[in-house]
Amino acid sequence: MNNSVAKEKIVSLRKKRSLEDMRFKYYGFTAMCLSLAVLVFLLYTIFSKGYTAFQKTIVLLEVDYNQEVLKLTSDSSDEEMEKGKFFRVKKQAIENFFPDLSKSDIKLVKKLFSINVDNEIKDYFLDNPEVINTKQQIWVTAHSDVDQLLKGNSRRDVPEDRRKLNDIQLSYVDQLVEENRVKQVFNNFFFTKADSRHPEIAGVAGSFMGSLFTLFTVFILSFPVAIGASVYLEEFAPKNRITELIEVNISNLAAVPSIVFGLLGLGVLLNVFGLPRSTPLVGGSVLALMTLPTIIIACRASLKAVPPSIKEGALAVGATKTQAVFHHVVPLALPGTLTGTIIGLAQALGETAPLIMIGMIAFIPNIPTGLTEPSAALPVQIYLWVESAERGFQEKSAAAIMVILIFLFMMNAIAVFLRNRFERKW
Amino acid sequence: MFFWSLVLIAVGIFSSFIYGRSRIKLNSKKQGTKSKSLPNYYAQYVLMWCLFPALIVYFSWAIFQEQIIQNIVISNFEYIEGAVYNEGLLLAEIRNVANNPSFADGKSIEIINAASHYSSLRQISQISFYTSIIIIMLLGALYASQKLKPEFHAQHTIEKYIQYILIFCSSVAIFTTIGIVFSLIFESLRFFAEVSIFEFLFSTEWYPFIPIREGQTAAEGSFGAVPIFAGTFLVMVVAMCVAAPLGLLTAIYLAEYASQRVRKIVKPLLEILAGIPTIVYGFFAFVSVAPFVKAFGQSIGIDASPTSALAAGMVMGVMIIPFISSLSDDVINSVPQSLREASLGIGANKAETIKKVILPAALPGIVGAFLLAISRAIGETMIVVVAAGTAPNLTGNPFENVTTVTVQIVVALIGDQEFDNPRTLSAFALGLVLFVITLFLNIIALQIVKRYRERYE
Repeated sequence: MNNSVAKEKIVSLRKKRSLEDMRFKYYGFTAMCLSLAVLVFLLYTIFSKGYTAFQKTIVLLEVDYNQEVLKLTSDSSDEEMEKGKFFRVKKQAIENFFPDLSKSDIKLVKKLFSINVDNEIKDYFLDNPEVINTKQQIWVTAHSDVDQLLKGNSRRDVPEDRRKLNDIQLSYVDQLVEENRVKQVFNNFFFTKADSRHPEIAGVAGSFMGSLFTLFTVFILSFPVAIGASVYLEEFAPKNRITELIEVNISNLAAVPSIVFGLLGLGVLLNVFGLPRSTPLVGGSVLALMTLPTIIIACRASLKAVPPSIKEGALAVGATKTQAVFHHVVPLALPGTLTGTIIGLAQALGETAPLIMIGMIAFIPNIPTGLTEPSAALPVQIYLWVESAERGFQEKSAAAIMVILIFLFMMNAIAVFLRNRFERKW
Repeated sequence: MFFWSLVLIAVGIFSSFIYGRSRIKLNSKKQGTKSKSLPNYYAQYVLMWCLFPALIVYFSWAIFQEQIIQNIVISNFEYIEGAVYNEGLLLAEIRNVANNPSFADGKSIEIINAASHYSSLRQISQISFYTSIIIIMLLGALYASQKLKPEFHAQHTIEKYIQYILIFCSSVAIFTTIGIVFSLIFESLRFFAEVSIFEFLFSTEWYPFIPIREGQTAAEGSFGAVPIFAGTFLVMVVAMCVAAPLGLLTAIYLAEYASQRVRKIVKPLLEILAGIPTIVYGFFAFVSVAPFVKAFGQSIGIDASPTSALAAGMVMGVMIIPFISSLSDDVINSVPQSLREASLGIGANKAETIKKVILPAALPGIVGAFLLAISRAIGETMIVVVAAGTAPNLTGNPFENVTTVTVQIVVALIGDQEFDNPRTLSAFALGLVLFVITLFLNIIALQIVKRYRERYE
């Protein structure tokens, strides 16, 4: 009797305990799934907000290249053509865009077109000078407001005063859609142009080049120094207080917030040394100092992974210590150090705050061509677009994020490839 | 200038190497003795003497040239009586005109004169730069070639030099720290000369707008950083509320329950989460989470602002999940297997083993991981800049707008950067606080983790 009660108790207790066990396991599982779900949601958000930026809206415009309006003749030189009065041609084309437009309507129609239309009309003419005195149907870029409306990013059912396009403009757009005078094509501007105040002609080419130059500087500065430092600390440094101080210093430096490095760049590189503001040179130097500890730690790990027998073998046949290290240990550790450097560079690529501090946040409308030219960088460009009130920039920022993520993915893929291809297990 | 000087240095490297090699061969042949080291070491010796002094000159030239030229131009500038000049604008204008003659139209005569002065100085600097580089390279090579005798131990000397170079490389980290500490302290002292340190640390009014021009009737700026510290703390607490349970449970699952295959898939995915740039999280917080938080606040009757501590903190929490999970994973894995087996052996099930044996044993390491995560959260910038707001607000309500130390640093430096007003300098004081706190957290955390490791090794 007593026995069976006790047995029952034990059984129920065991059930309870195993239930608890199960529950705990599922807590862990749920936590893991939640973390991964956030990752998926993040990527989904970026993709769904950004993919539309890879397309732009263009409008069919009939342009009359009248030589009197242009103030050109059919045998004008190239230079004269450059200076042709294309804005007048554009004005005429817009006035005749719809039949019987009043003055106030023309103003409204004008706002359907990008500011870049002048240039497009001009470029078309410079490519085909024979079209003078003819009427041409050319596709020109639409204004960002039209673009956003057709992509469905801005809504048409809100009250008129809170919309960028008023009712008359909406009816124009609808008419264009009906007459097939508007379509969406691949947005080449996004990849060939630098930043702009106008979303429809803003691109990532400038900031991408800026990031490349910055990364180049980071690599040039940090790779040799990191290798030197890690070789010294791993192979030569005597075990004393100074060495210990350096090691503690490196591990603490790795955890200093990046914005503090920005302050260092501002206080020392810009104010004391007077290096040029907003340039990849300064940005790269700051990021190099920032990533140096990461790279040193990675390099040391790969130097440590080379078995001591290799060095000892070299020493045994009469090499000096320097020879043993530089001829045998370092070459074997090189793939590992490269992997570490690429990972450090990937970290530098995504860093925003230090670059803001040293002024790479300035509005730069052209593509930089050198290390000492003011330029933007991809993450700062994203920040500028996220902060921008203009609706058209939101999809651009998401698209720029896609660009930076793909860039990062490629760098990591190279690092993994290097590791798998060249790393030897001893 | 950049390109051609590189070419010059490359030529120097190449020719000094060749020269050193052939010279030592010649010398040893002449004396009829074999040299003590291989010819390449003599060549490297010449190369180093040729290269390093030139590099030093190169860098100091690159750093100081512009400053010196500008100083000369400004000091020789013919000021017109009565006109008011802003030195920075003036310099920019002079440079513009000098670089681009088409800008000269309509500029006053003194600017055009200064611009031509500027360009002529640049030309002089340019020429003397190249000549001095060449002379220094030649002098270096000459000095080195004196030593190219067979009885000279070039290899020993080279190895000594290499040691020096390596030591220099390792001390870059030290110099960086010194640079950080000094620039922060120096600018902070300038700030505290104008604002009392007690006001900064204990006053609750942060109103950094000070009259820019004299006579402007704006309120005196006040610099009490308490609301900023409180905002930072609030965002950090929200972030840890998200990251601590999720990160720790994920780590436990991965370390104790998950199969090898799941680990192999999930760990790289978590690393992706760690590798995503913080500005991307900022975008995510701004576009997805903040509107969600606002809607959620409205549905339960709280008026949430569009940027809130909750939105920023939650996203920041997601950002540090992989940080906590990978550190905790390491910590849990380094708990000795024998503890696990003993617990299972006396009949405890897995959950009991984890809760009663492994977690207490791993506790110091986990605390260390949390401290590192906290320091990461405090120093994080872009998420809060985009999603937390810029107005200081002393509140405990996570649905409200708060601001953090990092946000205020960015805000102070993003506009005009005149270094003579306390608003700009406040960034360095805040930076100093940030640096000290994160350093303190890191040192404690690393100490705890280190001690923990030693216990089980």
